[in-house]
Amino acid sequence: MLKHHTFKISGIFLGIIIVVLLMWSSVVLGLTKVSTQDVINSLFSFDGSNQHIIIQDTRIPRALIAAAAGASLAIAGAVMQGLTHNPLASPSIFGINAGASFFVVLGVTFFGVTSLEGFTWLAFTGAAIAAIIVYVLGSMGRDGLTPIKITLAGAAMAALFSSLTQGMLTLNERSLDQVLFWLAGSIQGRDLDLLIGLLPYLLVGWLLSLLIGKHMNVLAMGEDVAKGLGQRTILIKIFGALIVVLLAGGTVAIAGPIGFIGIVIPHVARWFVGIDYRWVIPYSGLLGAMLLLMADIGARYVIAPQEAPVGVVTALIGVPFFIYIARRGIHE
Amino acid sequence: MNKHIPFRFYKISFLIDKRSLITITSLTLISIVLMIVSLGIGQMQISPIEVVKALFNSSGDMENLVVQSFRMPRILLAVLAGAALALSGAILQGIIRNPLASPDIIGITGGAALTTVIFLAVFSDRSNTLTLSIHWLPLASFIGAIALGFIVYFLSWKNGGITPIRLVLIGVGIAMAVQAVTTMIMILGPIYTASRANIWLTGSLNGTNWNEIISITPWILGMIFILFIYVRRLNIQELGQDLSINAGGFVQKDRFTLLLLSSALAGGAVAFAGGIGFVGLMAPHIARRLVGSAFGSLLPASALIGGIIVLIADLIARTVFMPLEVPAGVFTSAIGAPYFIYLLYRSRNQ
Repeated sequence: MLKHHTFKISGIFLGIIIVVLLMWSSVVLGLTKVSTQDVINSLFSFDGSNQHIIIQDTRIPRALIAAAAGASLAIAGAVMQGLTHNPLASPSIFGINAGASFFVVLGVTFFGVTSLEGFTWLAFTGAAIAAIIVYVLGSMGRDGLTPIKITLAGAAMAALFSSLTQGMLTLNERSLDQVLFWLAGSIQGRDLDLLIGLLPYLLVGWLLSLLIGKHMNVLAMGEDVAKGLGQRTILIKIFGALIVVLLAGGTVAIAGPIGFIGIVIPHVARWFVGIDYRWVIPYSGLLGAMLLLMADIGARYVIAPQEAPVGVVTALIGVPFFIYIARRGIHE
Repeated sequence: MNKHIPFRFYKISFLIDKRSLITITSLTLISIVLMIVSLGIGQMQISPIEVVKALFNSSGDMENLVVQSFRMPRILLAVLAGAALALSGAILQGIIRNPLASPDIIGITGGAALTTVIFLAVFSDRSNTLTLSIHWLPLASFIGAIALGFIVYFLSWKNGGITPIRLVLIGVGIAMAVQAVTTMIMILGPIYTASRANIWLTGSLNGTNWNEIISITPWILGMIFILFIYVRRLNIQELGQDLSINAGGFVQKDRFTLLLLSSALAGGAVAFAGGIGFVGLMAPHIARRLVGSAFGSLLPASALIGGIIVLIADLIARTVFMPLEVPAGVFTSAIGAPYFIYLLYRSRNQ
């Protein structure tokens, strides 16, 4: 654990450097080999050759989207874990990803939505509805929000949404093939415009998450203490939910439901910087970006020459971790 | 007058409540009536009386053909799969002592789905025909279901035992991993396989033939027979860890065997009917309301109710959007998930 402030700050800088290096590797590595020189050439003297097109249209967007999506999911997870006092909280476990996917597929199948704008708002709506339902269900009863209740509610909502999604897909076989890869979570072949269109929402989410850290520290002492200290806990929860919806919903719109980053990373971040959310949140962002970049590079090699959807890779990394946390016990 | 009828035969022993006996008999009658009605509904409408006639003659006319070769196997499969899933759920709820447990929530159906998709992918040739007999398919999903049951069980093992909460949490996690791998295999396969597999994963009974019935029936009946030997141990399980040890039960060993049985039943159902969701959750609950929670009458009641649920879901699935077919699993989930939420709401103060 990094105790001193100087260490924590240098950790942030080190993290940024690693993220940049990983983005670089993500551009360079893959089925088509690309040299460093090619990348520089394609940026500054684009000549329309195959390699340059691959770099500009595929590799660079992919690296940027991986970094943005990874960071967003990890931050969403950290905020959720803080708000619900549940170490298993994350967008995938709580059915938020499934809700967003359901709405996107609904829009595509029945309302012929094809625009990016449409996708984005559908994903936000779905994420918000799922988040509200699961939160309300999980906090019913005298003892309030308990990990087991909210996890079960999330699993039920995820099951409901995904079976309805699959039902729609069977009615429309042609869309299945397009949507299936997206449903598994993938950042391959996404347009850079997608990211640019979403960037404002993600930026708002990131900024809010950096500001909310201080208040979440107070809330972490327990609802009663926080109220006693004069915090308007309801307000913090609403902002927290907004962050989760913006970041998790936005990520689903670009990359489909990518699981387990939101659950794994906040724990790793806490291992580095302790329980102070002012540090946990930025560290989660950086570590999340790293994990998704690495998983994406790995996805190119697992079953080469084909590509595995990155959501499968993150699930395979994340599940052992999930089990470890579940075994350790959730009554912290 | 005695309220209960004891049933003892070698190792099989349980009590049947007289009132429950009436309930179970009426449930059986309802199932039969539903089956006959369902046999008559479809693109070709046949009246119930005609259905019965068509069932028992072999005139070879159109009605005879439709009822005997097309609709009958499908309806039998619905009943068998529903019964198997319901029994699987009833056992799980007994061991985990949590009314929210079901084979789909803790990933047993997911495990069966994974090995079935692998089976379809590995043993299909380019023209999408199977290179191996379809009779091996239940074995594949059976292995998947049991393997998953094992994995979840061992990962939940800590300090010399498993606790229900840990079992559920770990099941949820494993279920997600398995789902990810299943999706990946579907993506790697050809488009045709993907769409077939997708329909099947959601739980559909479309295109069932007698071959499938012939291979699934021995599985499920065999499991049901073994299950009835274990009824008395299930009753003890429900008392909770301490009490059942005092009552002389081999708690952990029985839990293990019962989990195996539950997986086997779910695996058999998934092999042919796909992942029809939430039947394993709903049926035992409804049954408990009707006959109470002694397993001697709970199990048969659950099985019948499970069969009825899937039968109705399949009837809706093949008639409402005619000529399109929707997987029956969509309807069971659409009813089952809200029901699950209602259960969650009811148990909010526990």
